[in-house]
Amino acid sequence: MKERFAEKIYIGVLAVTQPDGSIVPLRLIWPDGRNWEIDRVLDVRPGVARKAGGEGVRYLCRISGHERELWYAHGQWFVEGGEVKE
Amino acid sequence: MFLFVGCFLCIGIRQKGGVGVGRVILHCDANSFYASCELVYRPALRGQPMAVCGSTEERHGIVLAATREAKKWGVKTAMVNWEAKLVCPDLITIPPDYGRYIYFSRRLRDIYEQYTDRVEPFGLDECWLDFSDETTTLTDGVLLAKTLRNRVKEELGLTLSIGVSFNKPYAKLGSDLKKPDATTLISPGNYRNVVWPLPVDSLIGVGERMRRKLAARYVLTIGDLAAQSPRAMHAWMGKMGVILQRYAAGEDSTPVMRTVDEPEVKSIGNSITAPQDMYTIHDAYCVMYVLADSVGARLREAGMRGKCISVSVRDVDMRCYGAQKSVEYFTAQAEEIVPIAMRILNMKGFDTLLPYRSLGLSVGSLELNTKPMQMDLLGDAARRDRLARLHEAVDSIHTRFGERAIERGLALANPLYNTIIPRVEHVVHPVGFLR
Repeated sequence: MKERFAEKIYIGVLAVTQPDGSIVPLRLIWPDGRNWEIDRVLDVRPGVARKAGGEGVRYLCRISGHERELWYAHGQWFVEGGEVKE
Repeated sequence: MFLFVGCFLCIGIRQKGGVGVGRVILHCDANSFYASCELVYRPALRGQPMAVCGSTEERHGIVLAATREAKKWGVKTAMVNWEAKLVCPDLITIPPDYGRYIYFSRRLRDIYEQYTDRVEPFGLDECWLDFSDETTTLTDGVLLAKTLRNRVKEELGLTLSIGVSFNKPYAKLGSDLKKPDATTLISPGNYRNVVWPLPVDSLIGVGERMRRKLAARYVLTIGDLAAQSPRAMHAWMGKMGVILQRYAAGEDSTPVMRTVDEPEVKSIGNSITAPQDMYTIHDAYCVMYVLADSVGARLREAGMRGKCISVSVRDVDMRCYGAQKSVEYFTAQAEEIVPIAMRILNMKGFDTLLPYRSLGLSVGSLELNTKPMQMDLLGDAARRDRLARLHEAVDSIHTRFGERAIERGLALANPLYNTIIPRVEHVVHPVGFLR
């Protein structure tokens, strides 16, 4: 059985770098310019983006009441888009 | 309750006594490493037969790693690309990205080092970890293995096969027994049943040639090897025989090296299978410069210089030859290395072996380049100094603007030989286990 996979969408993120070097994302900017404030970062740990591919630091965030995952890898931010059907 | 069980087993093991009491060694092997790293970035290929293959055009056209699905079709590591396509017509082949594999290898090691400082790598995808102390039991080792497997899967998307045992050879053997994503415990209580019935070539250090040698005396299983007397083994095959007998009997006590105890570099070298065979000695000269530039740059990067130049040659019939020569002075400059290497080719009669398929060059007997250098009364010290400064400048240009920013005029003689940059593309192979 083939596994489902998703589109990888690179996004802009406004973030603050803390004195200890950790990065806290504040606002997510979609490629078309729409943007959303990140209400809260719920969890930060290294992780794999299983559906879109890639690995990096995975941020579990609450955005407008929804939980969403963001990845920061090799200087870029990305999210997993909708599932791609073959 | 669980702690109690752990202690009970520990006591059980200690009572059985004798072999490797108290050691807890894990051998972690990342399954189908190159292929798995690629799948992390190409999820659409999951579940499909895929293999990471060298380039046929550059004559490195063999399977370097294959996914489980490809293996089911009969694709094996080291199979020639066309052969792999023959057994699996739908095979998806992708080129290797060594930078990516080195990155993943480093990340794996970072995770291991959060648990113990005794981490000894064996190639990019394998490591021994030592958790031995007064209180850790093999049962704890199995739990640690599970923790490591889960973390690696979550953080890197790779699966590990882990062998848990009381010595390094058995731990390595354990990691080969169940794949993928599994833990195998080989304890003093079960090794006779688990390890000894296995074919003798399952043991690290026993290759095809050794297997044939052992088979000639009906030593077919690891148990057969363990049953040999060390004295008889020494008489038969010297020190190596005794070492292998100890491995088989579970009596190896080789320590897992601490991270800080990494062996010092003994030599720095590169080899190239050229995109086309080298038909003339001038072709070999061009390739030798490509190699020497790479080796020289890596020596300078490591802050070292050496005085033992080794050359290896593989002819078109895949026969290998090698020789070395020590010189009076230490060097890290291609202009000094190449004439010596070419003299070796000439002196050893290797020039009669043309055409060559591949050439290798390494520099050994190293010392730090900060050491004072003995001046040579008859040598040209000023010229050597100028050369050193020239290379410093060239290295700086390469670092800032890339490897192609500045090249030798010689590279224009046959651009085909200049398509490879061994310094950038060099592959880290497992170091020998039997040091």
